[in-house]
Amino acid sequence: MRIRTPLARVRGLGSAKAGTERWWQERVTSAAGIPLTLFLIWLALRVMGRTHQEVIEVLGHPAVAILLILALSTLFWHMMLGMQVIIEDYVHSSARFWLLLGNQCFTAASWVAGVYAVLRLSLGEA
Amino acid sequence: MALETPKHQTRAMTEQLQRPLSPHLQIFRLMFTMLMSIVHRITGMALYFGSILLLWWLIAAATGPRYFDFVQHIFSSWPGQIILFGLSWALLHHFLGGIRHLIWDTGHGLKLPTVELLARLTLAGSVVLTIALWGFIYLQKG
Repeated sequence: MRIRTPLARVRGLGSAKAGTERWWQERVTSAAGIPLTLFLIWLALRVMGRTHQEVIEVLGHPAVAILLILALSTLFWHMMLGMQVIIEDYVHSSARFWLLLGNQCFTAASWVAGVYAVLRLSLGEA
Repeated sequence: MALETPKHQTRAMTEQLQRPLSPHLQIFRLMFTMLMSIVHRITGMALYFGSILLLWWLIAAATGPRYFDFVQHIFSSWPGQIILFGLSWALLHHFLGGIRHLIWDTGHGLKLPTVELLARLTLAGSVVLTIALWGFIYLQKG
C-alpha cells in the first residue's frame, strides 16, 4: 500500500515553470549577436595585416574594447547554451554529465580569458 | 489502496513508453531544409571550437609583439588561411541561419515555399558573402 498522495507523486515531475528561460536567452543572445558579429567582421578587416603596435592601438580603443567584451560575453553565453542543447539531444550515456559540466567550464574559462586579454590591452599593460 | 494504479493500467503505460519515438534522421528521406537544419548545428559546433582561434589571437595580442607575430604567421600560412576561410563560411552561414530562425520565431515565413526559399537564400547568401569577404581581403592585400 502506498501512503503517498497523487500530489506528492507528481511533485518534482512536472514543469519547473522555468523551461523557457534558456530558450529565451538563446534568442536574445542570437539577436544581440547580429550587430556584434558584424562588429567582429569589421574589426577583423580593420586589423588585418597590421603590425602589433597598430593592432593593440585599435584593440585598446575604449569603444572597441567595450564592444569586444560585449561580443565575447554574448557569444560565449550563446555557445554554452547551444552546445548544451546538442549534448542533451545526442548524449544519453553517463558522459552527458561530464560533457555538460565541461561545456560550462570551457565557455566560462574562454570568456574570462578573452575579457582579461581585452582589459589588459585596453588598460595598457601590453 | 485506492491510490494504487491498477495492474492493467500500468502495463498499458509501459507499453506506451516502449513505442518507437518520433521518426528521425534514419527514417525520413533527406530534405534540403533538414540538411540546412543539421548544417546550422554543425556550423555552430565548428564556431564553438573555432572560438579558440579568436581567443588565441586576442591573448597573443595581449602577450607581446614577438608572440603576436608568431600567431599571425600561422594564421597567414596556407593551412591557417584555409581554416579561417572555412570558419568564416561557418560564421556567415550560422549568422544567416540564425536570422532565419529569428524570423520564424516571430511566426512569419513558416509556409513551405517560404521555408524552402529562406533555406536556399541562407546557403546561397553564405557562399556569396564568404567569397565576397575573401575577395575583398585579397584585393586589399594586393
